[in-house]
Amino acid sequence: MTWSWASFFEYLTSPYMLMGAWTTIWLSVVSMIIGCSLGIVAALMKMSRSPVLRGIADFYIWLWRGTPLLVQLVIIYAGLPQIGIRLGVIESAIIGLSLHEGAYFAEIVRAGIMAVDKGQSDAARALGMDYRWMMRIVVMPQATRVIIPPLGNQFNGMLKTSSLASVISMEELLRHAQELAQIEFRVLEVYIVAAIGYLIMTTTWGLIQQRIEAHYDKPFGGSAGDMAATSIPA
Amino acid sequence: MDMNTAAQAPARQPNSGNAGDSPAGELMVEARDIHKAFGDNQVLKGVSLEVRAGEVILIAGRSGSGKSTLLRCIDHLETIDSGRIFVNRHLVGYREENGILVELTDKQIAFQRRDIGVVFQQFNLFPHLTVIDNITAAPVKVLGVDVEKAQVEARELIERVGLPEKENAYPRQLSGGQQQRVAIARALAMKPKVMLFDEPTSALDPEMISEVLNVMIDLSKQGMTMIVVSHEMGFARAAADRVILMHDGGIEEDAPPTEFFDAPKSEATKRFLAKILH
Repeated sequence: MTWSWASFFEYLTSPYMLMGAWTTIWLSVVSMIIGCSLGIVAALMKMSRSPVLRGIADFYIWLWRGTPLLVQLVIIYAGLPQIGIRLGVIESAIIGLSLHEGAYFAEIVRAGIMAVDKGQSDAARALGMDYRWMMRIVVMPQATRVIIPPLGNQFNGMLKTSSLASVISMEELLRHAQELAQIEFRVLEVYIVAAIGYLIMTTTWGLIQQRIEAHYDKPFGGSAGDMAATSIPA
Repeated sequence: MDMNTAAQAPARQPNSGNAGDSPAGELMVEARDIHKAFGDNQVLKGVSLEVRAGEVILIAGRSGSGKSTLLRCIDHLETIDSGRIFVNRHLVGYREENGILVELTDKQIAFQRRDIGVVFQQFNLFPHLTVIDNITAAPVKVLGVDVEKAQVEARELIERVGLPEKENAYPRQLSGGQQQRVAIARALAMKPKVMLFDEPTSALDPEMISEVLNVMIDLSKQGMTMIVVSHEMGFARAAADRVILMHDGGIEEDAPPTEFFDAPKSEATKRFLAKILH
């Protein structure tokens, strides 16, 4: 069996592969949104004055960063029913990917918040802002600028990592490729099409990320990574 | 250093209140026996200070003498180890339970800080917000002022500090002196009862110092209660009611400017003046 262009183009235009790709996209987006929210909460807990909150956050980050996502997914989907917790494929995939993402994102958020100059929180406090307003108006918008580049990398990673959910039979791009491969044994063609699918998704995301970064850099004159405001004598 | 411009302003008589003054003599800031240490370093060793409404106080002293820490304690940006601070008769940052200080909640402290404006050495403007948004952010979010009303008031303040047409600029597009004037406008937008200045001109190029001092002198003439940590002796002569010298965590001298400069009592003040006036 040699390379078949016919099969390659058939897979490339196959609605079945396209459906898989679509699932990969929404699964990644949903897991990313939940994961980032979890990460922000975990980061704030880790930076709080309460030792209990800090302890919970530390434990979560330690556990989820210290074990493979593949193991976490299998435990959630196939292991938990043993103790009476039955989750569907989609729920398991979203929960597994989100919790995993949250643990990594927490550290990114923490680094972003710590990169904001202490004078900024002093100024916010001095203006009568409580913790919530200070974070929302002053600290988080500035931390966001620092967080966005690694956040983009995380999402790029998520698009690819979500393929692990195929082991719990989540019907995403890799799973659909596997299924097609088992029917016609055109393994090379179908997996190359899958790889191209991931490439298109990550490349598109890369372009979107550039625009988001440029937007958040605008007040700073577009010099990414330079938090210091340079004064231009008028 | 920059005596020339500031000294041109007419000398200010103590408590020379105009119509805008709060009732003179009313106690606005009171610190009683404040102690504060950072680790083993005892920074404030029992500082007591009274500032009356409309008074302008200049606090000088070598770096490490505790002057900035005292100022930060008044706004509860630093906790204190013992003593009491009252602003506008309210105990700042704490409530007293059986003689013991218990820190207030985040929201309660935030509420107290509405009365106190602070201007920082490094300006600390919010770099992601334009000039007008820097000024309106707190009134709109904290006080709940209507956005359009806040903008009208902000424009008046921008005018007052001499920066019309800069309202849509970002902080990085302004010089240091301009940024500091915006910072003063931002603090004033909360309509504070007292303004604290923490070395407001120390981070500025010499040619920009007078533009900031002139705004501060105007403010003092309008009867604002001000505590200014600074070495700008020109400002002291032009606008201060009292000049205080802090030394080694305590107050060494507390006198009207003429007395402070011409007949200082303490050795520390004489040494300080010898250095600063050459």
